[in-house]
Amino acid sequence: MSLKSAAMKLMQKAIEHAPDSMMPGGKPDPLITRKHGIVGAPVTRIDGPLKVKGAAPFAAEFEAEGLLYTAVAFSTIAKGRITSLDTSAAEKAPGVRLVMTHKNAPKLKPTPMFNTQPKAAGPSDLPIMQDDSIHWNGEPIAVVLADTQEQADYAKSLISATYKEEPAVIDFDAAMKNAHEPKTILGEPPTINEGDAEAALSAAPNLVDKTYTTPRHNHNPIELHGVTLFWEDGELYVHDSSQTVAQSAWTLAEVFGLDEKKVHIWSPYVGGGFGSKTLWQHHVLAAAASKMADRPVRLVLSREGVYRTVGGRTTTQQRVAIGADADGRFQSLIHTGVAAMTEHNDCPEQFTFPARHLYATKSFLIGQKVADMDMLANTFMRAPGESIGTFALESAIDELAEQIGIDPIELRARNEPESDPTTGKQFSSRNLIKAYRDGAERFGWNSRSAKPAARRDGEWLVGMGCATGTYPYYRMPGGKARLTVSKDGFVTAEFAAHEMGMGTATTQTQVVAERMGVAQQCVQINYGSSDLAGVFLAGGSSQSASIGASIHAAHTALVEQLIKLAGSKSPLHGLDADDVESRDGGLHTKKDPSHGESYAAILRRAGKDELSVEESAPPPMELQHWSMHSFSAIFAEVGVNTITCETRVRRLLGSFDCGRILNPKTATSQFRGGMIMGIGLALMEETIWDSRKGRIMNPSLAEYHVPVHMDVPEIDVMWTDIPDPHTPLGARGIGEIGITGVGAAIANAIYNACGKRIRELPITLDKLM
Amino acid sequence: MRFLINGQPVEVDVDMRTSLLDLLRDHLNLHGSKKGCNQGACGACTVLADGERILSCLALAVQYQGREITTIEGIAEDGQMHPLQRAFIEHDGFQCGYCTPGQICSAIGMAAEAKRGMPSHMTRDLGAEFITLDRHEVRERMSGNICRCGAYNGIVNAISEVFVEAE
Ligand code: FES
Ligand code: FES
Repeated sequence: MSLKSAAMKLMQKAIEHAPDSMMPGGKPDPLITRKHGIVGAPVTRIDGPLKVKGAAPFAAEFEAEGLLYTAVAFSTIAKGRITSLDTSAAEKAPGVRLVMTHKNAPKLKPTPMFNTQPKAAGPSDLPIMQDDSIHWNGEPIAVVLADTQEQADYAKSLISATYKEEPAVIDFDAAMKNAHEPKTILGEPPTINEGDAEAALSAAPNLVDKTYTTPRHNHNPIELHGVTLFWEDGELYVHDSSQTVAQSAWTLAEVFGLDEKKVHIWSPYVGGGFGSKTLWQHHVLAAAASKMADRPVRLVLSREGVYRTVGGRTTTQQRVAIGADADGRFQSLIHTGVAAMTEHNDCPEQFTFPARHLYATKSFLIGQKVADMDMLANTFMRAPGESIGTFALESAIDELAEQIGIDPIELRARNEPESDPTTGKQFSSRNLIKAYRDGAERFGWNSRSAKPAARRDGEWLVGMGCATGTYPYYRMPGGKARLTVSKDGFVTAEFAAHEMGMGTATTQTQVVAERMGVAQQCVQINYGSSDLAGVFLAGGSSQSASIGASIHAAHTALVEQLIKLAGSKSPLHGLDADDVESRDGGLHTKKDPSHGESYAAILRRAGKDELSVEESAPPPMELQHWSMHSFSAIFAEVGVNTITCETRVRRLLGSFDCGRILNPKTATSQFRGGMIMGIGLALMEETIWDSRKGRIMNPSLAEYHVPVHMDVPEIDVMWTDIPDPHTPLGARGIGEIGITGVGAAIANAIYNACGKRIRELPITLDKLM
Repeated sequence: MRFLINGQPVEVDVDMRTSLLDLLRDHLNLHGSKKGCNQGACGACTVLADGERILSCLALAVQYQGREITTIEGIAEDGQMHPLQRAFIEHDGFQCGYCTPGQICSAIGMAAEAKRGMPSHMTRDLGAEFITLDRHEVRERMSGNICRCGAYNGIVNAISEVFVEAE
């Protein structure tokens, strides 16, 4: 162990054992107990009118004088060298202004990779169009700029390339033979070994030991990835569709050797992201081409282009084995497996994470490996790991319950842990079994027959299934917010966060209004620009917590300054920030609510138009102190057609334990949206891979099937609404948990309906024949 | 070439290869119609041509000269939002909002189809003069409009409130 890692271990131990009160969230946020406020109210989306009018401007919709359009050509081999690249016809085609290839592209540094530095956003550390080498099938080999899109597309069709192929690892089965342990899985150990899990498994009177496979997936936000960008006085301005504005700006600055202040990314509206709207090669290529042509550029990837150059969820093979005693108590829990990855990225699809936190067991074996392949860097997609990890784990639980002859909910309740089973830490808040009981009652679980294929409705066999979903609570480092209060009592909050449809703009308006004690109409939120305060990731379901903590910190700083500013004539004179609270447009003492002063009065007396502070959230040490996770109980009822073998989801219910819900209206949509992606994961979604060529074969919305209206029943959602005492506002993130557990709940329902157990996603009708 | 867009005549010269969608977005600054696939698979580009819903990414602009094109920018009535736009907001029939203009235009065209008696896979009585929409009919007929955010329940609720007769 190096000195550095030894010091880190020591630090971690110290945080684990420090008293609660020293942690962020050690003292519950006072807003948790404030009832009947605007937080928790079903406020309608504030950006609704713009969106229903089609007037919200997305990245590819900004005008610029002399704008050029772009088409990108992609490699057709997985690995090797370009031996010839003929662009002469393209260059002569009408309207063409530039054809950029590795021969003429400017020198570009590789993108620093995600997680290697605080603001790094590179999907991989590969060179971008710097030489003739090819690293995946679909890598950009040429960029055409022309006056119109039609001209660019046509010119691109005239480019021809030849290659010298080199042997490539493009078959997952072959790659798995060389699978290896990564250094860490997102900072967690890849392997956990407690007791002799294999021996305990073989000795157990009840056991399951099965292999589950999951395919590649693509995010497929409906808005295509695209940018409109230009250079001015050596600075780069990018209209982007981004869930990482600050990180992308910093990373682009590194690529072009600029000061990070010279790159400006704007992204107030994002047409869906789900993990994909980060930084990819098209950003770099568009900026480089724009620089060469000295013209503003719009680059919108075609749908095929998105599949070729924006990574998706990787494929996995997982083993889950559980050994239980006669009462169903776990003696052994094993979750191991392999995910495909590349040598140039670090995204191991943490499918073993759920098993680390869900069940009490006498012995554990967790082991996660990666298999390097020559392919486009995979990336995180909604609940990376947990979505497909719960499919395997929660299918196995169902299989075990049937074997023991016990209700699957009861089996889970019997193995509910007191504290985190792998880390021993206390849970910050965990009410999974309550979520199950509440959900079971609403769903009518007790009408399920334990015997499969027992219920028929015409030509349909009907069954029910349930499964646990879970997702960690994250708060990212780097959170910071600016709060400004003006003499007319208006409040502006600014932070470099994102709105991809999660409801950020709306819920954070509520949060600021509550924190500042002003009406919602008096709050303006500015977000979606790298020029604003802080570093936020619209990912890991972390954004609400990160913004919440930043606003909390900024508010405390603002209150201190307001008290100072109020001076000796104010009723607030001599008080501490702790003695007062923000209410009714001003500060009031906690003891005597009539005692206080409005923000406007304080500012006017001081002769100031406004007061503005910027403050950082404390580092997220709470994550190392408590075990912090959200939970859900998912219930599905499906029909399996006895003639066609197709599966239809008839009913779906999600019962969530995610702390306090900030806005039930937008939260309902978040939960449902995740669960619908879970229907896709269970029944239809698959990025089809040609293992002879390493090429994606269905790069389109016509051939990659996502749930449409007819696939989606009315989805019921409910929640415990029990605040987490250790998070800002008592809330935990809700963006990703919706998809978790759904795959297994549907697979279990299919088994209950027709008696067929499918362990290979997606569960298409051919597998049920 | 001459076009009639949202009641306004416009004259613009574009490439013969230009789709109706690109005409709107790249040449007329009407960005309300969205591009999600450019191949007829997602419905984000849905507009109304003489009141019928079409996928503007699959339509060549040149063929639509003189036809009456209505986009999301043109469905407001007297400066007031269309009732369906209001219902989408009320029922949270979107998240990111990117598929929304297509969903709304498609729903307006769809309601007109049902009124004309055009049957769908869900229609029981094929001889009926006009069709009463229920939730199944709405879901079936709207299945060409993908919402990856998964706002389907809210969308159906909004459409039902405006177009589905009380059962
Ligand atoms: S853009 Fe026309 S159907 Fe997708
Ligand atoms: S609201 Fe995002 S795709 Fe429908």
